[in-house]
Amino acid sequence: MSGSHRMLALLLFGIVVVATLAITRWAGSRRQSSPEEFYAGGRLFTPMENGFAIAGDYMSAAAFLGTAGLIALYGYDGMLYSVGFLVAWLFVLLLVAELVRNCGRFTLADVIAVRMRERPVRIALGCSSVTVSVLYLVAQLVGAGSLVALLLGGHGGAVRTWTVLGVGALMTFSIVCGGMRATTWIQIGKALLLMGGALALCVLVLLRFGGDLGALLSSAAERSGHGKDFLAPGLRYGGAGWYTRLDVLSLGLALMLGTAGLPHILARFCTVPTARAARRSAVWAIGLVGGFYLMTIVLGAGAAALVGTGAVRGADPSGNAAVPLLAAELGGGVDSTGGAALAALVAAVAFATILAVVAGLTLAASAAAARDLYGALTRRERPEGWLREDRWRREDGPRRPRGWEPAVDQGGQGPGRREVTVARVAALVVGAVAVGVSLLAQQLNVAFLVGLAFAVAASANLPVLLYGLFWRRFTSRGAVWSVYGGLTAAVALMVLSPVVSGGPQALFPGRDFAYFPLENPGLVSVPLGFLAGWLGTLLSRRGSADAAAYAEAEVRSLTGAGAV
Amino acid sequence: MILGLRPSWGMRIDDPWYDALATGGPEPGDASYGPPSGPLRPAPAAAQDVYPVVQRSAAFQQLRRRYRRFVLPVSAVFLLWYLGYLFLAVSAPGVLARPVAGVLNVGMAAGLAQFAATFLLAWLYARHARRRRDRLALELRWETQEMTRGAVSADLAGGTAAPVAAGEGGR
Repeated sequence: MSGSHRMLALLLFGIVVVATLAITRWAGSRRQSSPEEFYAGGRLFTPMENGFAIAGDYMSAAAFLGTAGLIALYGYDGMLYSVGFLVAWLFVLLLVAELVRNCGRFTLADVIAVRMRERPVRIALGCSSVTVSVLYLVAQLVGAGSLVALLLGGHGGAVRTWTVLGVGALMTFSIVCGGMRATTWIQIGKALLLMGGALALCVLVLLRFGGDLGALLSSAAERSGHGKDFLAPGLRYGGAGWYTRLDVLSLGLALMLGTAGLPHILARFCTVPTARAARRSAVWAIGLVGGFYLMTIVLGAGAAALVGTGAVRGADPSGNAAVPLLAAELGGGVDSTGGAALAALVAAVAFATILAVVAGLTLAASAAAARDLYGALTRRERPEGWLREDRWRREDGPRRPRGWEPAVDQGGQGPGRREVTVARVAALVVGAVAVGVSLLAQQLNVAFLVGLAFAVAASANLPVLLYGLFWRRFTSRGAVWSVYGGLTAAVALMVLSPVVSGGPQALFPGRDFAYFPLENPGLVSVPLGFLAGWLGTLLSRRGSADAAAYAEAEVRSLTGAGAV
Repeated sequence: MILGLRPSWGMRIDDPWYDALATGGPEPGDASYGPPSGPLRPAPAAAQDVYPVVQRSAAFQQLRRRYRRFVLPVSAVFLLWYLGYLFLAVSAPGVLARPVAGVLNVGMAAGLAQFAATFLLAWLYARHARRRRDRLALELRWETQEMTRGAVSADLAGGTAAPVAAGEGGR
């Protein structure tokens, strides 16, 4: 990218930043002092708005640039995971969206705590939610550094460092001032930009081939240098050993089940007024995410056909340069003004994408830290039966044990306001920690972190969510065991995997403690999480599953009675 | 109604999206938001017992059956299908490489079928929920909330004794 073209890209980045700040300022001018506002944006978003926000929350820059790049490099094998990223949404729609909206207030722990001993369950789920969000956040921030460096045409360390710092600081500021309302509108704007950008590029690609998908695919196969093999499985995983095959399954399982356990996705369902609206937003999200991943196939094939697989690999070995190169080619060549403008637009879209995902993750992590960890650790144990009663008392008067505050929003006064202050501080802490870790890790290959975040979500969050919503005899001990079991299993297996040690590509190439053969722990840790929950329930004292509490959870989850 | 209780609200229940807004309680701006300052109404002695009663009612059992009968098999089959597809792609690429028509091969068709199936099932699920569950769930929600307010707690016994006829609640 030449100097003036880089200026254009920087100018567009600046516009994105200014738009983000404007949204933040607008959202921050609304009353932000109640948890209802801060965590859930007032709960009055429409299904369509929420569907776009979910899509904006979920589709990262890696999905935009990375997936298309993998398809340009490996053809069919690059497509395997884009299928997985979409089909995961069916589980979100069928199993969690409505039930979480009905039972939940803000965080995952709110859904489960309805029927459990609140404190231990909250702390456990707080730990796993913060872990998932921070892992994902670090992956996004480090990825943002390398992407911006790549898009601006340099590989310098300074660009990466400033990007990580700038993106982290900007989004933390945005959360602290604007809460969920700012996050949501940033995500909606990003989703519009992303869908619009992808659609425009797709149309341009198809115009080149006269609207003939067959011609596009055959041309891609031809220019990839692999011929017909490009359109069939095997370029990436073909001829691989059993471990690689199991690895693909493992990551597939983690993607599929992890999506339904991602705290920042679950939190989005609490921003609409009813379960029916939650369902409709999930349907919107499925349409948008599905349409987007279908478009990445066209973009990947287009990059292979118009730019050539060799050129894509030459610009960046992981394929991230495929879409910017494709855009430049479609605009009339890398050196033309049109090409540079299109490439700069793509870079700006990718930048907006990074911002929106970072915002959602920071908010989810700070909600879990403030509400679940800080809240549960500083308050006394809930008096026996209190949580179920406080909802009746809410209507009938504030009679409550001393020291136990109702979880009800008090209209910006009292405990509600304090909780928001804690959440803002938590957002600052989460942002600082994530930026710090990202700066330390920016020279490392952190691509595995996304897979790990999904694996932790699938092994620690999903079992407890499904057991809690569907299993009558599930107990608090089962919940705690399940969360810690799945969390430890996923993280420990990752540490013992070839990603961390024992190979030239590993995090610590000089050491070798890789006793676990797979690169993603999901295949083992997800069953372990379910097993731990089952064992913990089995080993609980007789009668410790509270039948009345389950009745409440079940009735509320399916009917919406008592939902906030 | 479906638990045999007289509803004490006068709203249409055609569209849960709008009506349910009104059930969510006072909005944060209202004066009535937060604990009421007026005279306290005694909490019903059996407040926690409302949910087990509702849970045992035939209407709720039906709602739960309809929900689970749709989502559990569909989720299980779909999970196995995706994992089977992945496994086939990495262990038997030859099968998926067979041409079907033009550049389209079995693998491409299988991948696109996953997309299509996701869209189709999402649509079917939404339709099923809209036709078979929404009305029932909303009525149960109203009744449960009425009961927990204690307004009709004396009628609890009657509530379980007059279950709705199967299949009627959701139409």
